[in-house]
Amino acid sequence: MTAALTTAAPVRSTRRPTPSPGGVVGRCLRQIRFEITTYARSMDTLVFTFGFPIIMLAIFTSAFASQGTIPNPDGVGAGLSVGAYYLPGMVAAGILLSGVQNLAIDIAHEKSDGRLKRWGGTPMSPLVYFIGKIGQVIVTAVTQTALLLIVARFGLGISLPSTAEAWRTFAWVWLLGLTTSCLLGIALSALPRSGRTASAVVLPITLVLQFISGVYLQFNGLPTWMQNIASVFPLKWMAQGMRAAFLPDGFSQLEVGQAWHLSQVGVALVVWLVVGLVVTRLTFRWIRRDA
Amino acid sequence: MTADAAVQVRDLHKHYGTLRAVDGLDLTILRGETFALLGPNGAGKSTTIEILEGYRRRTSGVVQVLGVDPDHGGLPWKARLGIVSQSTVESDQATVRELLTLTRGLYPDPRDVEEVISAVGLEKKADTRCNRLSGGQRRRVDVAMGVIGRPELLFLDEPTTGFDPEARREFWDLIRSLKDDGTTIILTTHYLDEAAELADRVGIITGGRLVDVGAVDEIGGAEARRPVVRWRTEDGDRRTTVTDTPASVVAELSAQAGGEPRDLEVIRPSLEDIYLTMIDATSKDAA
Repeated sequence: MTAALTTAAPVRSTRRPTPSPGGVVGRCLRQIRFEITTYARSMDTLVFTFGFPIIMLAIFTSAFASQGTIPNPDGVGAGLSVGAYYLPGMVAAGILLSGVQNLAIDIAHEKSDGRLKRWGGTPMSPLVYFIGKIGQVIVTAVTQTALLLIVARFGLGISLPSTAEAWRTFAWVWLLGLTTSCLLGIALSALPRSGRTASAVVLPITLVLQFISGVYLQFNGLPTWMQNIASVFPLKWMAQGMRAAFLPDGFSQLEVGQAWHLSQVGVALVVWLVVGLVVTRLTFRWIRRDA
Repeated sequence: MTADAAVQVRDLHKHYGTLRAVDGLDLTILRGETFALLGPNGAGKSTTIEILEGYRRRTSGVVQVLGVDPDHGGLPWKARLGIVSQSTVESDQATVRELLTLTRGLYPDPRDVEEVISAVGLEKKADTRCNRLSGGQRRRVDVAMGVIGRPELLFLDEPTTGFDPEARREFWDLIRSLKDDGTTIILTTHYLDEAAELADRVGIITGGRLVDVGAVDEIGGAEARRPVVRWRTEDGDRRTTVTDTPASVVAELSAQAGGEPRDLEVIRPSLEDIYLTMIDATSKDAA
């Protein structure tokens, strides 16, 4: 502390406040950039959230390479490699991890180590804070999905959808799934009692969901009771929506009810979006504030 | 309520079940003043500070901070405060400069980032990630975060914990410059020399109440500040006397001893001595 703060203070009432550059939009953009910068510096997040679906897809494709193809249930169309069949599930899992797992653990850490409290003592609006988090999730999830698709197409030789309709389905399921995941992640961040236990609380939830929702195990091969449990949670619907986008139509025969049921996908995700919004509104505090 | 008060507190209570953490506290802090709140751990200092900062809600009482009830303080109110909390944030992945630049953008009339970095002496660490700084350096980051918004009222809750003596002196210089800038400062500290050095007035809090408040050189009353003369008799016994006329006591002693009395000392009670005497007295009252 070598130099003192030497600026002489003009009389306060005559000082003209200089608005922060760019106003609210500038504030949000700076917040997003800040969140992305700090996200990229966290090694465990990069491996277990960002890289995880790509790693899993590579493992699946190599491990099951010898098992040949999954025949098209309509008996006419071409079959799919194991990697191609599981790609949509991995895309859905990536969305869940980027939103729910990443934000729930990240915000729980910020709460327990005093960073949230510190923001609470500044004129930071909770909305700007959330926009920073969600912006970070969108940017990293776009990158993650793009990498996953590039690796699938050029590394593993999986062909991607060729119709505009399929990509439209992909786009809305991706966007709605990610928005829902962000809000559920923020809502879930209230659950861990400390930063140390955050991973231990959140990881089992997302991992179990991935196993029962048809990400790593073919959904129609699961027992009915497990399918029913999975149907309560959003990941099953995200995976189903992604299969509708990526897989040939004949594969809809393997779904519950022998159809893609995209409207049900939309309804289930919107319901969870509202749940996330309401829980966040009710539980989010800068600190565990006492009555 | 006084118009030129930065903080006004009347009959403040904060109860947790049967525990009365704050129990009828009154406090007025004037604009431009540096006020030190002293007291043992568990006396209610931090609870009081956190109520003023808007972090905790009170059980009852009237509180005005910069003319606003902290329970209803919005973002424009927060923009006028600077808060250095007791606990340091340890896990920032951001660099010092990144963190300050982002925070600066939240305030209507902030200080310059480079100016603040140099004021807290972190020029060489400006591009280091905060989680790679030492404890004392991280504390400087906390202080920098507290002053970047050019606050009218600055809360410093045990700001120099973990500082070496030199860093503490440099911090004092920084606080004096803020004071010259017209900033009102509320300080809690366990270092009584720090309070004596910086504060215009101090308040002593025990058992959730303010037991005394006054200028650093007046607190405790005239009785507590009477000089003490200490010496040893020829047998080696320690003797102490409290007197208003230390010079004549010393003269008398040297006449009796026929020379220099052994281990002679004349002590003016420091803030620390007065504080410890008062804390001791109130804890005996309570017992």
